[in-house]
Amino acid sequence: MKKIKWSKTTGKNTMTYGLVILAYVVLQLFGAAGLMSSSLKGMLIPICAYVAMAISLNLTVGVLGELSLGHAGFMSVGAFCGTSTAILLQNAVPSAPLRLAISLVMGALFAAVVGFLIGIPVLRLRGDYLAIVTLAFGEIIKSIFNNLYLGVDSHGLHVSLLSDRTNLAEGGSLIIGGPMGIGGIQKIATFTAGFVLIMVTLVVVFNLVNSRAGRAIMAIRDNRIAAESIGLNITKYKMMAFVTSAALAGAAGALFAMNYSTVVANKFDFNTSILVLVFVVLGGQGNMLGSIIAAAALTILPEALREYADYRMLVYAIILILVMLATNNPTLKSWLDRLKSGRRKAKEAI
Amino acid sequence: MFPKLVPVPSKNMIPERDIDKPLVLECINLGITFGGLQAVENLDLAMGQTEITGLIGPNGAGKTTVFNLLTKVYQPTTGTILLNGKDIQGMDTAHVNREGIARTFQNIRLFSDLTVEENVKVGMDAQMHYNMLSSLLRLPGYWKEEKAAHERALELLSIFNMADLAGVKAGSLPYGAQRRLEIIRALATNPRLLLLDEPAAGMNPSETAELMENIRKIRDTFQIAILLIEHDMNLVMNICEGICVLNFGRVIAKGTPSEIQANPAVIEAYLGKKKEA
Amino acid sequence: MTFLNFLISGISLGSIYAIIALGYTMVYGIAKMLNFAHGDVIMVGAYICFYAISRFELPPLVGILLAMIVCMLLGIIIERLAYKPLRSAPSLAVLITAIGVSYFLQNAALLLWTPNPKVFPSVVGDGKVELFGGQLTISHVTIVTIVACVAIMIFLTVFTESTKMGKAMRACSEDKGAAQLMGINVNATISITFAIGSGLAAIAGALLCSAYPTLIPTTGSMPGIKAFTAAVFGGIGSIPGALLGGLLLGVIEIFAKAYISTQLSDAIVFAVLIIVLLVKPAGLLGKQIREKV
Repeated sequence: MKKIKWSKTTGKNTMTYGLVILAYVVLQLFGAAGLMSSSLKGMLIPICAYVAMAISLNLTVGVLGELSLGHAGFMSVGAFCGTSTAILLQNAVPSAPLRLAISLVMGALFAAVVGFLIGIPVLRLRGDYLAIVTLAFGEIIKSIFNNLYLGVDSHGLHVSLLSDRTNLAEGGSLIIGGPMGIGGIQKIATFTAGFVLIMVTLVVVFNLVNSRAGRAIMAIRDNRIAAESIGLNITKYKMMAFVTSAALAGAAGALFAMNYSTVVANKFDFNTSILVLVFVVLGGQGNMLGSIIAAAALTILPEALREYADYRMLVYAIILILVMLATNNPTLKSWLDRLKSGRRKAKEAI
Repeated sequence: MFPKLVPVPSKNMIPERDIDKPLVLECINLGITFGGLQAVENLDLAMGQTEITGLIGPNGAGKTTVFNLLTKVYQPTTGTILLNGKDIQGMDTAHVNREGIARTFQNIRLFSDLTVEENVKVGMDAQMHYNMLSSLLRLPGYWKEEKAAHERALELLSIFNMADLAGVKAGSLPYGAQRRLEIIRALATNPRLLLLDEPAAGMNPSETAELMENIRKIRDTFQIAILLIEHDMNLVMNICEGICVLNFGRVIAKGTPSEIQANPAVIEAYLGKKKEA
Repeated sequence: MTFLNFLISGISLGSIYAIIALGYTMVYGIAKMLNFAHGDVIMVGAYICFYAISRFELPPLVGILLAMIVCMLLGIIIERLAYKPLRSAPSLAVLITAIGVSYFLQNAALLLWTPNPKVFPSVVGDGKVELFGGQLTISHVTIVTIVACVAIMIFLTVFTESTKMGKAMRACSEDKGAAQLMGINVNATISITFAIGSGLAAIAGALLCSAYPTLIPTTGSMPGIKAFTAAVFGGIGSIPGALLGGLLLGVIEIFAKAYISTQLSDAIVFAVLIIVLLVKPAGLLGKQIREKV
């Protein structure tokens, strides 16, 4: 009953898991030996969050084959809902790791619900229109969180939009303060939690892709009309990929937020969506290991090359254009393929 | 060589051996207009459960449109389609497939980034039942069904001797193999009626001969009906039991291969001056 | 009267959207791509115009002309370098490239012109017309914007309907292969389309910054996206559609700001976009295209 076959994909997936575990162990050892600079230490959790974001966006872009320009919106939902949960549970759940885990799950759940609601209209569209609508939803989510007030007092939760009309009773406190976001967050996110999140994200994505649902999703990507002709429920499978992607982004957002003392809606804007898209594009659409490496490298490099910080976004833009030209222009592509096969032949000759 | 055709209620003929079984397909007065153009008009067609029927006609006669009507890519403007006696009105393409019609395409539509085996397995989706949780946690249900699907896929591929290509990307297959894979993928959905849109297009004579054998073999093994569009008259006349000739969206003749070859209207409209076919 | 005031500012803003939307619509019609960088060409046009007027003290009209020339060149260069190599690529790749170009322009502007806001001098001065004893005021910018929009509309309609180049454009938008076989230089036609769209963007940039004088490197991106909404609203590929969509969107935005909420006005405009795409993806004046099986 065990092995169906040790295919190429299985090998690559195992390698991805292995490299992530190796990276975690090495970084932990470095940390224990005191070999890690404090600036790198401070970046470990954001790196984990961005890696998880990149993997989850790659599910939409690489596997489902649709461009989402509002992925930061799901991160935002996860960040706000996750952090609010953590604050609400501060006394009820004294164990920080448990509280963190519950918060990540809540972040993922809320993002999944939002992903489902957004998915109903979005997934009826295709191509450019779908992309622009995800962008629109990302901006709408940002506007809403910028104007959302959430408070808690002895009577329970109070929500209001646009202005603070929560009218909290004595002893109540405001959790989300509109444009001020959430303040006074306990920084309970840890590197280990980030590592676990990446592993869970990978398991979810890999196991989804290598199942009947994954096959169906990729079939729809490759040829929608043929997919319909063999009886696939297009909406169901697209929704499955989209909601999973949203949920994973939500968990990543919750982790990200709980590494800082405050979180504001403007942190999760269009630029963040594009940043994650750069990770996915550079790492290769559908290539999860590529996303991980690209996300980690492009988060560390700008810190390492601080004096060139001004050029960072410019370089990202150039990366986007060049990668697209190199992988999609027929002339350049065949040239690159020849280069690759030439190298392989040279290797075989040795 | 060919069975005698006997009449059925909708002004049609089906092979004698299928007469006691319900019709797999019955189209009554089927028609569609695009803008002002009547692409298909008054089409009556019935098929027995194990019949091989040819749909022929000059380019632009509306043959592929008939396939698109049967699979609900287009919604008919008039008429009824009964599949195993059930009206398929209101169903979409995917639903029609689950009810029993599978098809191939004139311009090949494979899932080119998936492997050959995955292309076949994805066709079995409606027969698989494990849910998302089983796949995420790799529960026993996942392993059991995946193993069965793998075996079934290899079995289907071996019809066309393609089992050893299982791990190859579908997009990198040669043209003829892509056409064959499309047929296998359609078969994987367990259809009652298989629609083949120019299966022999681009094949050389020996490949065509092999295809003919395989089409018969598929009918005999799976006991299904096959409706095919084809320009290769040799293939059509050799394997089809009934033939329906379309011209300008209308049926101009129906009958056995020998009747069609002798029909003056067909010769005029379709075969032109070349009578040998 | 306040209602009328809002309506007029809505029409004025809508006219700017319409001019931008015309650029989107023409490029989409012919290259079948969403030129995400279009909004940023507006910004470049506005900066060129700003420097010409404020630093080199050229007359406003010369400033606009200069901005148009620079933007037209920019449009042609962008198309040649980034979009032309991808003409047969999947739309996902083209869209990502366009986003890359948009990002490139924004960040290049950030380095060249710093993030500090520039105060744009109005190209038509600060004068205004007062009606009904001062109850209704219409600024000169508003009048010029609306007139410019109508003039551009008429020019483009005549251009695409009756000139040889215009006919070539329409032929390319129907079927590039067939157009090429008929002896139309498809590459040149696409270049000219990008040039016209970018030239319009420069005009829109000058008018936009005359009405809303704060100029920063991201000035163009929001109006760009909103104008795309307008183009879709009116029916992408349709010139009168762009005008209609632009005006409607401008009015909706100003009314949303005035009567609902300033903070949520962008969200409302985006909600309009979503509803339009879902309910009438072909737009008000566009035509539905069917996929061939």
